[in-house]
Amino acid sequence: MNEDLIPMLLTGFGETLYMVVLSTVAAVLLGLPLGVLVVISSTGHVMESPRLNRVLGVVINITRSFPFIIMIVLLLPLSRFLVGTTLGATAAAVPLSIAAAPFLARIIENSLKEVDRGKVEAALAMGATPLQIVRKVLIPEALSSLVLGLTLAVITITGFTATAGAIGAGGLGSLAIRYGYMRYREDVMFATVLILVVFVQGVQWSGDKLARRINRNQHRLG
Amino acid sequence: MEVSSLAIFFVSARSHGGQVITIDSLNKQYHTPRGTYHALRDVTLQVEKGDIFGIIGLSGAGKSTLIRCLNRLEEPDSGSIVIDGREITGLATHELREARKKIGMIFQHFNLLDSRTVQGNVAFPLELAGWPRKEIAQRVAEILDLVGLSDKAGSYPAQLSGGQKQRVGIARALANHPEVLLSDEATSALDPQTTRSILELLADINRKLGLTIVLITHEMSVIRQICGKVAVLDRGEIVESGPVDAVFSAPSSATMRLFLEHSTLLQGSGAGI
Repeated sequence: MNEDLIPMLLTGFGETLYMVVLSTVAAVLLGLPLGVLVVISSTGHVMESPRLNRVLGVVINITRSFPFIIMIVLLLPLSRFLVGTTLGATAAAVPLSIAAAPFLARIIENSLKEVDRGKVEAALAMGATPLQIVRKVLIPEALSSLVLGLTLAVITITGFTATAGAIGAGGLGSLAIRYGYMRYREDVMFATVLILVVFVQGVQWSGDKLARRINRNQHRLG
Repeated sequence: MEVSSLAIFFVSARSHGGQVITIDSLNKQYHTPRGTYHALRDVTLQVEKGDIFGIIGLSGAGKSTLIRCLNRLEEPDSGSIVIDGREITGLATHELREARKKIGMIFQHFNLLDSRTVQGNVAFPLELAGWPRKEIAQRVAEILDLVGLSDKAGSYPAQLSGGQKQRVGIARALANHPEVLLSDEATSALDPQTTRSILELLADINRKLGLTIVLITHEMSVIRQICGKVAVLDRGEIVESGPVDAVFSAPSSATMRLFLEHSTLLQGSGAGI
């Protein structure tokens, strides 16, 4: 064990956490409206529009086709424009959120599609607007499944940050590659992986617990 | 044009016993890969204020399409529907939303929101109608009392029986003081005893509030128990309609005779219902 290891790991974890939180927030801001629009523009839904639905589907599929490392390179100019640099955690959050948004949109789409058609119909019969149906029916009724989807997205984004770390984003992934892999520091390699494992477990555990809590209210018997 | 606006004037005058729903030559077709299917053919009906009007037919007769046309969950191809003086078929989207707030509807599968308590479900239409919070709480308590569910206000739908769920459905439909209640096979998912108690509740509400009820069903017993008038729908056409007593004692359509025969058979055999 080296005495410089602990502060290095702390900084690395801090950067990873920062990237994950920032990218998740941005990915939700982009992905939620996208996922909602895909659902409500589908045939027979409250804002039926086959053309919009097709266009959104194609956009999501194209964005999801790019390998993440290529996405980073392609989006370097955008990172420079938005953040002023292509290096560091904030710059990496740009491709991270753009790569995660369509993924999240699909997850959200799947959750919202599960909401019983009859509930939407009942709300329509009561004079609800499409926006009210999204806010008061689709999202609350799918909440537990949305939480699980978001958990999945956070973990996927955590994985992406390691890739981003390979080309200058910082974080634990960067430590593992620069020290663990390139300089044969097995202690660094081991410690970063351990932290990531614990982190991912923690995220999944919290997500499951939260989803269960939401579900318990809705499906508690007697 | 003048004639129809005159008709609207009379309907909106809402004298007791006046017509609250007028359906005129309603048509609806579905285009499927296997060809065109006529769900409704020239359906013409009048429902009087305060009446409980039953529409009976076999499955596939178009009952569900017909009742869903009344609040345009289903768009008719042609014909007109006037409810309480408003021509539903001529309304723009935002006007239709306003009109729907005054047309209650209950469903076979209840369609309650599982994420909301009983209280929250009944409050839902009032939130949509923009009621102030305080008045919502008051109205919800009042209407839960009416359907006999005051003690279940804080329960979630998953904790309720089928009959209790339909009572919540009824409370939700009545919350915003509708002019008309549409019932889409509301008792078809319930056992006979629960069906009877739900029908009693509907009849009770009809008496207390003078609320007009249009219901569709495939069960003769429902018509027999609470309806004043009945229309028989067969393959999209009204083949017979009139006061329940008259239709039951002298049925003129083959469908109605079939229904009557079948239900007497059940009664005669004393089937353990």
